Amino acid sequence: MSNPAPGGQNRMPPKMPMNRHGGTPVRMKGEKLDFKVIRRIFSYLGKKQKILMLLVVICIFLSSIANVYSSLFLGSLIDDYITPMLQTGSKDFAPLIGMLLKMAAIFLLGIVSTFSYNRIMVVVSQAVLRNVRDEMFAHMQTLPIKFFDTNNHGDIMSRYTNDTDTLRQMISQTIPQVISSIVTIVSTFTAMVTQSIPLLFVVLVCITCMITVTGKVAGNSGKFFMKQQQSIGDVNGYIEEMITGQKVIKVFCHEGKTKEEFDEKNEELFSNAYSANKFVNMLGPINNNLGHLQYVVIAIIGCVMAVLTTNGTIPTEGFGSIFAVTAGTVASFLQLSKSFTMPINQISQQLNSVVMAMAGAKRIFEILDTESEKDEGYVTLVNAKYNNEGELCETPEHTGLWAWKHPHEDGTTTYTKLQGEVRFFDVDFGYNEEKIVLHNISLYAEPGQKVAFVGATGAGKTTITNLINRFYDLADGKIRYDGININKIRKSDLRRSLGIVLQDTNLFTGTVKENIRYGNLEATDEQIIEAAKKANAHSFISRLPDGYDTMLTSNGANLSQGQRQLISIARAAVADPPVMILDEATSSIDTRTEALVQKGMDALMKGRTVFVIAHRLSTVMNSDVIMVLENGVIIERGSHDDLIAKKGKYYQLYTGAFELE
Amino acid sequence: MEKNPLKVKKEHTKAAMSRFWGFTKGYRLLTLFCPLLIFLDVIVELEIPDAMGNVVDILNQLNNTSYDSSLIWGELTQKLIEMLLLCIATLIIGYLASRCSAIASMGFGANLRRELFNKTQDLSFENIDRLKISSLITRMTTDVSQVQNVYKNTIVQFIKGPFMLITALIKALSISKELSVVFSLALPAIIIVLAIMGYLAVPIFKKMLKTTDEFNGTLRGNINGIRVVKSFVREEHEKSKFDKVNTAVMEMNVRAQKLALYVTPAIMLIIYGCMIFSMWRGSYLIIENKTGLTLGEMTTFVNYITQVLSSLMTVLLVFVSMILAKASIGRIGEVFAEEPTVSDKGNNPELKLKNGDIEFRNVSFKYSKDAVKNILDDVNLKINSGETVGIIGSTGSSKSTLIQLIPRLYDPTEGEVLVGGNNVRDYTFENLRSEVSVVLQQNILFSGTIMENIRWGKPDATQEEIIEAAKDAQAHEFISGFEKGYETELGQGGNTVSGGQKQRICIARALLKKPKIIILDDSTSAVDTATDTKIRMALRSEKYSGITKIIIAQRITSIMDADRIIVIDNGKIDSVGTHEQLTKSSEIYHEIFVSQQEGVLAQ
Repeated sequence: MSNPAPGGQNRMPPKMPMNRHGGTPVRMKGEKLDFKVIRRIFSYLGKKQKILMLLVVICIFLSSIANVYSSLFLGSLIDDYITPMLQTGSKDFAPLIGMLLKMAAIFLLGIVSTFSYNRIMVVVSQAVLRNVRDEMFAHMQTLPIKFFDTNNHGDIMSRYTNDTDTLRQMISQTIPQVISSIVTIVSTFTAMVTQSIPLLFVVLVCITCMITVTGKVAGNSGKFFMKQQQSIGDVNGYIEEMITGQKVIKVFCHEGKTKEEFDEKNEELFSNAYSANKFVNMLGPINNNLGHLQYVVIAIIGCVMAVLTTNGTIPTEGFGSIFAVTAGTVASFLQLSKSFTMPINQISQQLNSVVMAMAGAKRIFEILDTESEKDEGYVTLVNAKYNNEGELCETPEHTGLWAWKHPHEDGTTTYTKLQGEVRFFDVDFGYNEEKIVLHNISLYAEPGQKVAFVGATGAGKTTITNLINRFYDLADGKIRYDGININKIRKSDLRRSLGIVLQDTNLFTGTVKENIRYGNLEATDEQIIEAAKKANAHSFISRLPDGYDTMLTSNGANLSQGQRQLISIARAAVADPPVMILDEATSSIDTRTEALVQKGMDALMKGRTVFVIAHRLSTVMNSDVIMVLENGVIIERGSHDDLIAKKGKYYQLYTGAFELE
Repeated sequence: MEKNPLKVKKEHTKAAMSRFWGFTKGYRLLTLFCPLLIFLDVIVELEIPDAMGNVVDILNQLNNTSYDSSLIWGELTQKLIEMLLLCIATLIIGYLASRCSAIASMGFGANLRRELFNKTQDLSFENIDRLKISSLITRMTTDVSQVQNVYKNTIVQFIKGPFMLITALIKALSISKELSVVFSLALPAIIIVLAIMGYLAVPIFKKMLKTTDEFNGTLRGNINGIRVVKSFVREEHEKSKFDKVNTAVMEMNVRAQKLALYVTPAIMLIIYGCMIFSMWRGSYLIIENKTGLTLGEMTTFVNYITQVLSSLMTVLLVFVSMILAKASIGRIGEVFAEEPTVSDKGNNPELKLKNGDIEFRNVSFKYSKDAVKNILDDVNLKINSGETVGIIGSTGSSKSTLIQLIPRLYDPTEGEVLVGGNNVRDYTFENLRSEVSVVLQQNILFSGTIMENIRWGKPDATQEEIIEAAKDAQAHEFISGFEKGYETELGQGGNTVSGGQKQRICIARALLKKPKIIILDDSTSAVDTATDTKIRMALRSEKYSGITKIIIAQRITSIMDADRIIVIDNGKIDSVGTHEQLTKSSEIYHEIFVSQQEGVLAQ
């Protein structure tokens, strides 16, 4: 794969506020609880999961009630059963046992509902994570090539794993906790209202304090959590890059330096995690103790009020009577205030995971918010046949004949036969606006012609092919495919009509057969073998331990580079496209093998429009037209014989005449 | 090659555990303090309910019609101060405890990750091939965080759990021996439940890790091969492929978590069962009044049941999490247990290469011991210092394998390789590899500027030296053409420059080293003929005259002017000679030559 983006500027695609190298400050503002982010996380709950969530709420409600009931049970057992029995000396245990059985039933209900909601939450949270990952992946498939060129691959992967994991913690633990806390809060609040309004006011003031402190702390730690998640991505990215490049590290004895650099990143992760946790570690103890303090404050104020009530300062009638309390009220109020602050405390303990989840979610949303490749194409590729009048028309069955379906503004639709004619009209292109790498390129490739690009590295050969399949969009000029402006063609249909073999082969984990079938998912085994034969890959594949069913792992590491290339050629062959792009497809194959491949390739190229980039004369010389590129400009064009006769740059490049100078 | 990932070998676990103490370095005091602080925290925490209870007792005095309000105020103030002090104490202790555990575990994780990374730097190619790159990465990331979490849980619960368990148990026993009978059933029941869970969880957990490996593999494949995906318009296919592993990960996670789900209700059932039993027994005992059990004591006892059983559960859960982490520990241990197959330990650092002589004596090689066929078979070869040698042969003829033995990237299975007058095994890596420069077939550049990448060859190189190397590698011109020149940032893998440009930067990196031996392994394949010629001409200049040059190529033009050309076929040396000699004597060479010259000769 070559992507000559000289200068390498503008490496960050828009809306990707992360940068491994420059340390550009990332948006750190507004890291407080951002409800938009939370709402967005919840939008990943599907319809089914929303219904399930309703069930969860019901189950939590039941289990909270069972919980409350069981805490009251012992009191009522003593007051209503044991004490009367002791007083009367009755030995009739039947009502007591009945009560115990009733209790057992309630316990059981509690257990069943707790189990149910936990069980549902596991399924829901895992489903949400899957949905998020699926959507990330689906969106990632639409991102422009630039995104992959400019983002560290390990870091992208970390977003799928570490960052989604933060969501799991939040969804599966925080949500049930919050719901059950709310149930408890509402019920105790109601009870407190009936007891004493002034004391309730005291409780509310204390709670406000707790919430403020918690919010402050959480807000402060938010940006550190973001940094922590970035550091994790950074460390993982570094590990990925260095392990992959391990051989070069060894060759250059660079182990020491690499260790040092890793150490730095590792330390940075540590220090970011250190800062992120600093505040969060405070939360638990602070809230705990605010709860204790509240207890004491209420006790004192309650005491004062009780004393004032008994000595008559606070009237027991009229408006002032709302301040009147008895000692008993204060005692039970204290109990209530404890069960009121406990759930609030529990919620604030969950803030840790919420803040982490927000940091993780933001990194996930960064991917989701990166702009997709633009595709305004509306011309599509359809199966076609000739009707009785000899006109081209659309047909649902596979005919082997393809046509461009071109709907026009006036409502009519025309069909153009897919032939593979490609024309460039004054094309200019630059990887960024300031720097144009292709100038004024015009060329024609008639159906079935073979067009070769030669020239020094960096002359813009690969760039031209990247424009045909619209990996990048033109700055100026026009490219027409079968007479249609390629901007009007839907990208997927355009690329479907183009076969491509790159210098860097990329094979996927799977069998050899699956890898070849990648070119055409509907290909039969026979077609696959035929394609492999064409590419001269059949003989070596048959010698592999499991033949076509041999598993390839990590980019086909168990094959030689040449063998990998042969498979990728077979992959393109099975796709059977009208236009083929061969970008240094044979440069990793030695010439003896290439001579074999060449025969297959020639058969493969027959009847197709082919764009070839190659250094080897043998690959290029039989082309219909050869374009010699220099610094993004076509300086010579013609057939091999023409160009040799011309004794220009081509002659120099390929006869070794250069060496004679 | 594929190992059964479900098997954790004992020696791997041992390898990790024996290094455990080392990973705590720098955080040992914190690690020790942590359980201590938590112990203190528990003790102080236990005081608070008592203090609170006293407040209620004071309040109850209000119910007496004849209370002394000044006395109550006094007591209340006293309690208030007491509470404040307790609060401050728990605040400080609690904060320190959670801080200690966080820092100790993060530090532990950082140490572990660093040691693991350092270890991979010492591994040989053979080791890395065996462990697999993608798996190494997961081990350093997911597995390390797994172990780090367990470490944290352990130091937090280490003292707290058993302490709570024992105190609560003693108190319960002191209240009523009759009621405590219930524990003799409940305690084993809980142990059994958790043991079953642990037993069932281990295989599921390992499978989950394996699925995660697959998930990462699929994701990585997609990201790296995105150009192929887009070219073949296989986005939908990729999505469904991804969805499959994604769903598998989800299902494995659900399966693993479900197990844990059954534990909570089982434990709750036991706790509630105990409560009901002791209430029932207690009621009888109180009413029959045989043991002197009071109502208050029964209430306290019931409260202790929860405490005993839940603290037992936390202790056991730490054990379970340790068992679960065994898979991760084993995977990490496997890396530590990996003996570098190529090692320079104990070699004399004074021993340096005298010159650029290379000699292969009866060298045979195969990548794995179990392989039947030798990749290289009885190779004998002598290359003199300063000589330029070309190597040619078909794909898979083991050209690259041959030259990788020179910088000792692999050791020969049989025979010996001598460089600069000594066996390569006698040099330190540093001494050997700083004199042997290899440009690998697979060109790898790293994130950073072009300057930084070239400087790899010689960390203390001056700017002039770097530019000189770049000029010789024919890279200076295109680098200067970049807006930022040598300061141009290369993305991961150097993807922002073209293949030919990458190769030339790699050559510059190798030249900068000023080695005694330079090996170019098909490193100009993406460079055009003219530039290729210029590079070779630069190498032939006076500056590099004393250097042994080995050039592996596919183009005959790249090597035809070499002093000697070696034709390799099927792991054996087919023939050696000059271009003229070989065109006559070697059938293979002649065939290659003809196939490449057809076009030109046709003129």
